[in-house]
Amino acid sequence: MASTDSNLRPLSRMEMAARVARDIPEGWYVNLGIGVPTLIADAIPAEREVILHSENGLLGMGPAPAAGEEDPWLINAGKQLVTLRPGGSFFHHADSFAMIRGGHIDLCVLGAFEVARNGDLANWATSAADAAPAVGGAMDLAAGAKRIWVVMEHLTKDGKSRLVENCSYPLTALGVVERVYTNLAVLNVTQAGFVVREIIPGMSFAELQEKTAAPLIAGM
Amino acid sequence: MINKQVATIAAALEGVQDGATVLVGGFGSVGQPNALIEGLIEQGARNLTVVANNAGTGHVGLAKLLAADRVRRIICSFPRSSGSVVFEELFTAGKLELEIVPQGTLAERLRAAGAGIPAFYTPTAAGTKLAEGKETREIDGRLYVLEKALPGDLAIIEARRADRWGNLTYRASGRNFNPVMAMAGKCTVVQVQEVLPLGDLDPEIVVTPGIFVDRIVQIDATQPGQ
Repeated sequence: MASTDSNLRPLSRMEMAARVARDIPEGWYVNLGIGVPTLIADAIPAEREVILHSENGLLGMGPAPAAGEEDPWLINAGKQLVTLRPGGSFFHHADSFAMIRGGHIDLCVLGAFEVARNGDLANWATSAADAAPAVGGAMDLAAGAKRIWVVMEHLTKDGKSRLVENCSYPLTALGVVERVYTNLAVLNVTQAGFVVREIIPGMSFAELQEKTAAPLIAGM
Repeated sequence: MINKQVATIAAALEGVQDGATVLVGGFGSVGQPNALIEGLIEQGARNLTVVANNAGTGHVGLAKLLAADRVRRIICSFPRSSGSVVFEELFTAGKLELEIVPQGTLAERLRAAGAGIPAFYTPTAAGTKLAEGKETREIDGRLYVLEKALPGDLAIIEARRADRWGNLTYRASGRNFNPVMAMAGKCTVVQVQEVLPLGDLDPEIVVTPGIFVDRIVQIDATQPGQ
């Protein structure tokens, strides 16, 4: 029995970011990956002190500068101009990745091509033979952060599930993803597989399972 | 009297050999020593192995060095970006060897080289394509990948202030790879905006002690990548 899809409102990018931001408590040191994760920064309430780490050597990263206040030497990992909050600090790359690899980052939120039910993450390469590979800090973050959450669309633009039994794309890290936020649901990754915590209004568990290429466990 | 400052870029880059491994600082164009890259192009050394986080954008800086046919191999973490046309063309044509290294592994390989550590284990890339062909070891129940130190014959870096002993401070996110490359370079050449009288740099804020620095050139730079 098909649902009336026209009644459903999958979350927008900003709404997904805001949903993730709700779950980040004050005091955490957080690294936000490129893409939708960077939108999370603006969704954290100003009075909640979450310390943002940027792999290129910043703690206490702040929002984009106001016009006339740009420091061209102050950029984030996505090469965008940013500011530094009071209490922020600069450090070099070995120290930055010591923070990452040494388990000091409480949370890293990343985008992904695929997440497998055992928590495997694929987010650095597709199999396109022509394009040169490029990995950046993704593998270090995935291996090192205390928690990995993924925020991504539930389906690719061709309608394929990004939640899978096994990743078909090259892996970034094995078994690291703890939670997934999509435009349709919030899911935890457990020993037993994906446990659904929330679904968008109007969509049933069965409908969500229909769209997902891995077994789901109801946990709403 | 020790004075590591030299008057010209040419003097700073004297002696770079063909086939050298050159460490190039910067994250994108921020912290990239573009004046020294231009000098390297003029100096003429070829068949180089370049180590950098990225592979250049547009037709300036690293991209210009690649386009000048001086580089045989590039070791980096993220060569592709919007505008990395020179890199992509050379790579697709098979004219440029590429070694992809996770960014943290790259930073630590450089630090290790500077610190006299020949190899180390890291959890990064364990179980992935980038660990293929590498030794691995299980330590306390977790799999790690053995990575080797990455020294350079020459390190060209950017800093904000220096003194004549080579002590350096940096500017904001322009710091990035520069301090670890300073350590890992057999000869480290730095372009700075200001050279201060000895004693003016507060010892508490020196980021790179001058022991790691060999030659200093003062360059007027109002934007990164100058």
